[in-house]
Amino acid sequence: MSLNVTLEQVSVNYGGKRALSDITLELEAGKIYGLLGRNGAGKTTLLSLLASYMEPTAGRVRIGGNNPYEHAETMAQVSFIYETNYSEESDKIKGMLQVAERYRPHFDRAYAEELVQLFGLPMNIPIKKFSSGMQSALNAVIGLANRTPVTIFDEVYRGMDAPTREIFYKQLLEDQADHPRTMILSTHLVSEMDYLFEDVVILHKGRMLLKEPIDRLLDRGASITGASAEVDAFVRGMKILNVQQLGGTKSAIVYGEFDEAQRRAAASKGLDIGPVPLQDLFIHLTGEEGSHDNHSEF
Amino acid sequence: MSPSFDDKKPIFLQIKELIEDQIVNDQLKEHEQIPSTTQLVQFYKINHLTISKGINLLVDAGILYKKRGVGMFVAEKAKEMLLTQRKERFLDEYVLPMMREAVKLGIADGEINLLITKAKEGIKHEP
Repeated sequence: MSLNVTLEQVSVNYGGKRALSDITLELEAGKIYGLLGRNGAGKTTLLSLLASYMEPTAGRVRIGGNNPYEHAETMAQVSFIYETNYSEESDKIKGMLQVAERYRPHFDRAYAEELVQLFGLPMNIPIKKFSSGMQSALNAVIGLANRTPVTIFDEVYRGMDAPTREIFYKQLLEDQADHPRTMILSTHLVSEMDYLFEDVVILHKGRMLLKEPIDRLLDRGASITGASAEVDAFVRGMKILNVQQLGGTKSAIVYGEFDEAQRRAAASKGLDIGPVPLQDLFIHLTGEEGSHDNHSEF
Repeated sequence: MSPSFDDKKPIFLQIKELIEDQIVNDQLKEHEQIPSTTQLVQFYKINHLTISKGINLLVDAGILYKKRGVGMFVAEKAKEMLLTQRKERFLDEYVLPMMREAVKLGIADGEINLLITKAKEGIKHEP
């Protein structure tokens, strides 16, 4: 079972402030989306809409054609996994898995237990006694084993150490390959997680900045490095995201596609064209300077 | 990004070449299954789309073939085809740049032959 997610001209006002503005977005079943945005960009608001935690002020949200808000059937098909406050949770893992099993029609108990083992989580200690990394790992277990057609991980890695995050990413990729769902990963760890994404959605100040397949997005970014004057001449008229200068050498990050002729021209002038990691593109596309005039071009 | 990739060439081409190398080196043999896209994503920490793009080039070239629902396999004669291709490119990719540099440095033909013999000796003693 797979469900498409659509938002049409969705806006959300929060206590007199506009948290989301005119978002139109379609997420296809079976893909892993990376949702990026700076703090306060509206990521969690957007995800809360999908998880039926709130209704939009304007516009339409649809999951598999249904309005998810207070729609029990749809809500059971969506997992929204985020940093949970377990300070009062005296239940142990077994109890948590039982609850998930009761409410999630596709929950796989055997897989959940396998994951508990992989993450090395203790079975006989109440959840409130878990470290924050262990609590996050438990959330990851539940999110993966739920196997809901729409699965959202909102910064679920918090407190996990690097080896634990690796286990999570590996399991996520493997289980997604066997049981494709619409997966949304909201993260600040861009450089660590970028290889997981198929499409990237960037929110900025409550608006959609872009939604693109990651390979196309990465193709658009290039760093041009060489003698200052040559770099200046080459990037004239291009959309420049960032410039760094070191003595007589300049490196400019530009956003745009290059054809073979341009690449040859650059090489003949001794310029180096290199790729730009997603993290750097994200930083510069959502940077304060120039972010206003950037809008119209996407 | 994985340290085994460099900035000079698009990553999908480097993925393609990595698999080609494994076929040429007999790490992957005819009719053997290659690792799944998911395994390659995990191993190289490169996104799915880029990996698929590299693999699809090899499918289009007849080096790999797809078994629906199973995975990708090395085609018959894949190694032969790759060796032929590489021999055709040897002049452009290795001999021409070498000769350009040799002309620049004023190295005579006789000296080049000597260097070639020396290099061959070196290769023999490689582990």
